Amino acid sequence: MSSPKSVPRLEIDTVLDTARIIVCCGSGGVGKTTTAAALALRAAERGRSVVVLTIDPARRLAQSMGLTELDNTPRAVKGVDEAEGGHLDAMMLDMKRTFDEIVVAHSTPERADKILENPFYQSLSSSFSGTQEYMAMEKLGQLKDDGQWELVVVDTPPTRSALDFLDAPQSLARFLDGRLLRLLVAPAKAGGRAYMKVLSAGFLTFARIFTKIIGAQTLQDVSQFVAALETMFGGFRQRAEETYRLLAAPGTAFVVVSAPEPAALREASYFVDRLAADKMPLAGLVLNRVTRSKAPELPAERALAAAEELEGSDSDPLAASVLRVHAERVAMATRQRKLAERFTRAHPEVPQAEITALAGDVHDLKGLRAVGAELAEGSLALRDAG
Amino acid sequence: MERPKAHPFRDVRLHVVTGKGGTGKSTVAGALAIALAAGGRRVLLTEVEGRQGIAQLFDCPPLPYEERKVASAPGGGEVYALSIDPEDALLDYLELFYGMKRAGRALKRFGVVDFATTIAPGMRDVLLTGKVKEAVTRNAKRDKKKLIYDAVVMDAPPTGRITRFLNVTAEVRELARTGPVRGQAESVIALLKSKQTAVHIVTILEEMPVQETVDGAAELRAAGLPVGAVVVNMARTPLLNAAAQKAALAGKLDVSLLAAGLKRASYKVKDSQVAAMVEETAEHAERVALESRERRDLATLGLPVVELPLLADAVDLGGLYRLAEEMRTQGMVG
Repeated sequence: MSSPKSVPRLEIDTVLDTARIIVCCGSGGVGKTTTAAALALRAAERGRSVVVLTIDPARRLAQSMGLTELDNTPRAVKGVDEAEGGHLDAMMLDMKRTFDEIVVAHSTPERADKILENPFYQSLSSSFSGTQEYMAMEKLGQLKDDGQWELVVVDTPPTRSALDFLDAPQSLARFLDGRLLRLLVAPAKAGGRAYMKVLSAGFLTFARIFTKIIGAQTLQDVSQFVAALETMFGGFRQRAEETYRLLAAPGTAFVVVSAPEPAALREASYFVDRLAADKMPLAGLVLNRVTRSKAPELPAERALAAAEELEGSDSDPLAASVLRVHAERVAMATRQRKLAERFTRAHPEVPQAEITALAGDVHDLKGLRAVGAELAEGSLALRDAG
Repeated sequence: MERPKAHPFRDVRLHVVTGKGGTGKSTVAGALAIALAAGGRRVLLTEVEGRQGIAQLFDCPPLPYEERKVASAPGGGEVYALSIDPEDALLDYLELFYGMKRAGRALKRFGVVDFATTIAPGMRDVLLTGKVKEAVTRNAKRDKKKLIYDAVVMDAPPTGRITRFLNVTAEVRELARTGPVRGQAESVIALLKSKQTAVHIVTILEEMPVQETVDGAAELRAAGLPVGAVVVNMARTPLLNAAAQKAALAGKLDVSLLAAGLKRASYKVKDSQVAAMVEETAEHAERVALESRERRDLATLGLPVVELPLLADAVDLGGLYRLAEEMRTQGMVG
């Protein structure tokens, strides 16, 4: 059997002390937000000036970090140990507001009003499936440009697939900046005759069909929106490209978060491959909610056999149930270990760190601090035992 | 216990399954499809997020855009599966309404399909729910009076997005004030808001998923969408009796009594190992207590609750059948 000993350890403190951007990604429900918050807190308490951008934190965790106001600006987190000279700010992403701010910043007040009132814009800015990802990346760029923090930690949106957020900014930018859109809304104007020649007769047919499908009114809204956005064209694509470059630059560290479950690990695996393909700097995998036995050397089968023996005589219900608890725990730990090993075999070079499963959720700074400490100090030797 | 004869979802033909990420909603959708098919019925299981989760679940090759049989159910039932791709759904739609398959291909070449399915707000969801509605209302080829599927199960987007996903009309009404998309959206929403639909929410007994379930149910109700059952997945089986549970929670387990019991079973352990087992037992008790608190929160919703146990091994096909049986025993389906 492959030995987990060969897994390189994710030296989280080195990452926290040197990175300028940390991106936590992974599929939904694996604990990305908690991990991002724990990393940010630890970096701040190690002396760095840090801001953490969260997407959708659990209510109590948000409260403990002072994230009660949704005003789209970072606020200082109270209760952080600043003895080392560090500082922690936190904010929750307001997707629509971030989009509105871009519009206002990049157009005249009159134009901005027109855009903000447009029904197509309103729908796009609050519901388009890529908007949240795009705005998270946009906000990341803003926080980075601001220059007052040494480290920006971002949580990524709970997309259906962990890969979406790498693509979404570009696909939205491609669309907003797109020639197709210009062609559709103003074929005579856009690109002039050259396009018409290239597209030939087919174009008119498809413009007609398209109008039929989405309705003329919609097309008119889109058209007005695009006209108002005219000055911003190119800007979107440029911004998306800048953010993408920022992500690929040295100083950025991607932390892939997963739980020891088949679906989450599969996503983590895809993500690791995708980051490699895009030459994005991967720091490593954080395996969250790992079940461990406290006496892993006592096998599940023997504990179960002993429990059954006791249940047969009905003499010691306490011992029997304690044995069952132990057996269940060992079985769960073994199953998770096997799943994790599958990941390791496919990606032996990816450094890993683990967080032990807790009975409840993390919802205060103390809990976050403990998670950070385990990530940094918890040794992989534990997993050999587990 | 006798199973209730009139199970709550007897008239439901479209079962929408949602839940927070990590709660196992795809597994529950798969098990529900098997449960519904039991006794010789024909059920279609659909997924709309292009993840090929059904193929993983039923251990078969990736599904094309085509209805394939993936499993049999007790009593001659059949489960078919379809992975709905918005692009193909759009081409279907063009063919259906305009007889324009070739034009559809041209549109694809110009990137219009890409535009319509990934960018146009609401369009993607209209297409996905539209295809599901088509399957729900499709007649059998041989007997036009009969429907081809007795029930359709949709493995839907997660709780955070479900209301917006199902409530397509609201958005499309704003955007597409005319045009066939509008008409399509209206007919879909009519089905989704009818008694023929139930939206089941899958959760595990932890704080965040339960909170999302409570919020999600409220949003669905506010939008006039019919909330079905709450499916509690991966519930821990309490292993301690009431007295032991209480003692373990308080950190007051009788260690000497435990040691004596272990000795009687000839289970040789060191003191440190007994201490380790006591700690594990305390954590188990804590988890069980947390789960009962969350269970109480769920009860305030006043919805039927079905509980599926945590299976020790990863859920394989055998596990799915076990969960399906559990759903039938608990009266979620009849």
